[in-house]
Amino acid sequence: MQNADTTVDGDRIVAVQVTDLHKKFGELEVLKGVSLTAREGSVVSMIGASGSGKSTFLRCINFLEMPTQGQIEVTGEKVALDRHKDGDLHPADRKQLERIRTRLGMVFQSFNLWQHMTVLQNVIEAPVHVLGLPRAEAIERAEKLLHKVGLFDKRDQYPAFLSGGQQQRAAIARALCMEPKVMLFDEPTSALDPELVGEVLKVIRDLADEGRTMILVTHEMKFARSVSSHVIYLYKGVIEEEGPPSQVFGSPKSDRCRQFVSSAHA
Amino acid sequence: MAAKPGFPEILAFGPTGYGDELLWGAAMSISIALLAYSLGLIIGIIGALCKLDGSPLTRGIMEGYTTLVRAVPELILILILYYAGTATLNQLLESAGYETVAINGFVAAVLVLGFVQGAYSTEVLRAAIQAIPVGQMEAAKAYGMSPWLIFRRITLPSMLPYAIPGLANLWLIVTKDTALIAVVGYTELALATRQAAGNTKMYFTFFMVAGLIYLIITLISQKGFAILEKRVRRGQRKLA
Repeated sequence: MQNADTTVDGDRIVAVQVTDLHKKFGELEVLKGVSLTAREGSVVSMIGASGSGKSTFLRCINFLEMPTQGQIEVTGEKVALDRHKDGDLHPADRKQLERIRTRLGMVFQSFNLWQHMTVLQNVIEAPVHVLGLPRAEAIERAEKLLHKVGLFDKRDQYPAFLSGGQQQRAAIARALCMEPKVMLFDEPTSALDPELVGEVLKVIRDLADEGRTMILVTHEMKFARSVSSHVIYLYKGVIEEEGPPSQVFGSPKSDRCRQFVSSAHA
Repeated sequence: MAAKPGFPEILAFGPTGYGDELLWGAAMSISIALLAYSLGLIIGIIGALCKLDGSPLTRGIMEGYTTLVRAVPELILILILYYAGTATLNQLLESAGYETVAINGFVAAVLVLGFVQGAYSTEVLRAAIQAIPVGQMEAAKAYGMSPWLIFRRITLPSMLPYAIPGLANLWLIVTKDTALIAVVGYTELALATRQAAGNTKMYFTFFMVAGLIYLIITLISQKGFAILEKRVRRGQRKLA
């Protein structure tokens, strides 16, 4: 993964391409032209202080947040956008948006498992009702994934009865069951007790080792350093530094980036 | 003059007692309540969605509707809607060259009580939808669910734990509001009771029996809603 040969990397298909993304909340511009390219099999991590815009950026990729300016392409398909009267760009075609979203497996900071469904029901919900997968097939797929994240014996439990780490692993299984092209992780361990962080990071690392394409917003510097193929350091809505982890963590060109990674003990 | 029949013969079924009249009245009350409640729920869902997601116009209309119903006593609303509603309808029919119609008391009762219930249901359901953590809907969107699918699979079941207590109250209120329909002369439980009491002069007996029937309806309903609430809360942890 690390220090991938750039020529080989350059030949890989682009899974997600974000170009010149801007986002304003009223007068406050939280993203000021951020671009990102995630090729198939790469792990792109976004780091930066709270408020630097990294979560907002991730949420713009699947339009949970509407960008004010910019362009987003997922597996070669450009999302058609219309200027809305609130000033932001909104997807012009709802069907296209829903299709694109099925290719992006989102994992949230606060898990967001559906509380009225068991773990297994959570995992098969979208495959059955969005992708139209036969129920038996979805259950088979879900049970394999629950084995993989170590939650097979919890499959009939409701989320509220699980620990945070178990809930987040269930949420990862839920995202994987859609067989997405790209996984999006929005600070997946920030809401966890310290002793539960490890079990979730292990699952994410296994996914990286399988060659899954991932975009990861995180505060876990050591983890980002070891798992990423590309790291982006965001400062006040601008990319201050980016490159392979050896550069961003080892010998950053920007002083701010050096200060940030050294204070975070990467 | 034959000896006056006493308690409990007076409640017998058949020509000598009023048992069948009371039971029939109770059946009418429950039927009116069920239909009005269902109508109210349909109006409530539409009203709640209009208030939360609608245009300024639909929001305004719903705001006016709920304010009006909550401001005016039910009895007055029933009288207005029943008499004015019938008169307006017949005027319209006449001016369009049709025969006037006598409005069926049962249908009028369902429509009027449903209209009243709809306003309260709107508020209960609006608050319940707003109580759902926003992440529940965000996750659904992120997995490509359509708005209708989100409503059906996520919003509706997620709001029930917050809505059931309020909706249970509304049901108990509508079962008793059916008694107001007596003022427009439809024979439901309250009017059947008054007629039986008036004929026999046994006011205390009959109103006690009617009260008992309302109590039984309430007790069964409470049990039913308790089971329902337990079911919709099965994913929630009990407070320690």
